[in-house]
Amino acid sequence: MTRLVMLVAFVVLGPLVGGLMDGAARVLSARLQSRVGPPLLQPFYDFFKLMQKQRALVRRLQVLYMIVYLLFTVLAGALLFSGDDILLFYFCLTLANVFFVLAGYSSNSPFSHIGAERELIQLLSYEPALMLIIVGLYVASGSFQVRQIMMTPVPLALYLPGCLIALVPMILVKQGRSPFDLSTSHHAHQEIVKGITSDFSASTLAVLELVHWYKNCYLYGLVALFFSFSWWAALIAVAAMFLLTVLMDNSFGRFTYGQTLRVLWAVTLAAAFGNITVLYILRFFSPVLLKGGA
Amino acid sequence: MACFKRSPWLFHYNASSCNGCDIEVLAALTPLYDVERFGIINTGNPKHSDIMVVTGGVNARSRQVLLNLYRQMPEPRVVVAAGICACSGCIFAKAYNILGGVDAVLPVDVYVPGCAVRPEALIDGIVKSLPILEERYKAMKKKGAHRG
Repeated sequence: MTRLVMLVAFVVLGPLVGGLMDGAARVLSARLQSRVGPPLLQPFYDFFKLMQKQRALVRRLQVLYMIVYLLFTVLAGALLFSGDDILLFYFCLTLANVFFVLAGYSSNSPFSHIGAERELIQLLSYEPALMLIIVGLYVASGSFQVRQIMMTPVPLALYLPGCLIALVPMILVKQGRSPFDLSTSHHAHQEIVKGITSDFSASTLAVLELVHWYKNCYLYGLVALFFSFSWWAALIAVAAMFLLTVLMDNSFGRFTYGQTLRVLWAVTLAAAFGNITVLYILRFFSPVLLKGGA
Repeated sequence: MACFKRSPWLFHYNASSCNGCDIEVLAALTPLYDVERFGIINTGNPKHSDIMVVTGGVNARSRQVLLNLYRQMPEPRVVVAAGICACSGCIFAKAYNILGGVDAVLPVDVYVPGCAVRPEALIDGIVKSLPILEERYKAMKKKGAHRG
């Protein structure tokens, strides 16, 4: 029953919470640059405006790809929030992204193609990190089921600090924030026209906004999973991660794709892989230390 | 909902400006003027935009580019001529290669004169164009063209 409630809550309230977070991020960014910034509800105004614009399509197929992208993103988030298998969440997420890349490739614009290529490089750079984070969660809790992971008696953040660190650049990549905003970036920053979204307009672009909001939810949901031992700890961790990502967005220039790949893989290898290795060694010497594991 | 008023996205095109007005357009994005207060975003992409800001008079070369960009903007859309050259061609009006102001090619909704255009005047001009944008949307909805 709780699973069903969480699922419905994610699908219905997800965009609200995610959109508000987006608005808060924009206001916070503005304040960091000593500007006043837009109103908190600005993302919603943008969304409804885009829905009202004339539909000017380059390819009809693009709309289909974007809708499938939205559906699989919602499905992935729903799997995470209803406490289902975290591996299924991972596969759904990957599939969703493939459709986004296809939407980029479906237009004839070279800007869109460059954006799609860069989106693929972004995928390549953070996928190993997400996989290792999931492996880390399994090693620490002994299960791939989110509801089991949540019920782990040990505080996961203490056992998996490396995995938590590896999550930071992944969140930046997924949200299209500097320094990893290669394929397209939100608003004020821009390069190569608008990257993968160059040929999107009106409602197709509105779908992308919606995906951004759901994305916020499941990314910070992943952060909360590390602090599932207490509601307060999870809330504070999500707030801290939110502040950190906005701060990083404002304090870095954009990396090239080579730098992105190197930095993300280095962080993944050092933090996540190192973390899991240490966990195994610790368990070898003192099995009592980690009773959660399989 | 009147969302066009609250989220006007613009892009700006230099038709043959001396770059003076362009610097002022970008100055409006700085913390001092901060146009994001009004939800205004400089997108750099006609397909994402509602408002087209043009600087400089139109010459034979920029004419086609201007028309292309205008056609790529989804309805409803407005055109703002920023600076006196974009309004009328100014001292270049009689030059052999200048066709005139932006209105020689496109229907201009708001004229913002100045050499160079002041950021305050430009922000005023853009805010003035917002009711026109709303009107266009209403007309478009009446025609039922927005599903096109």
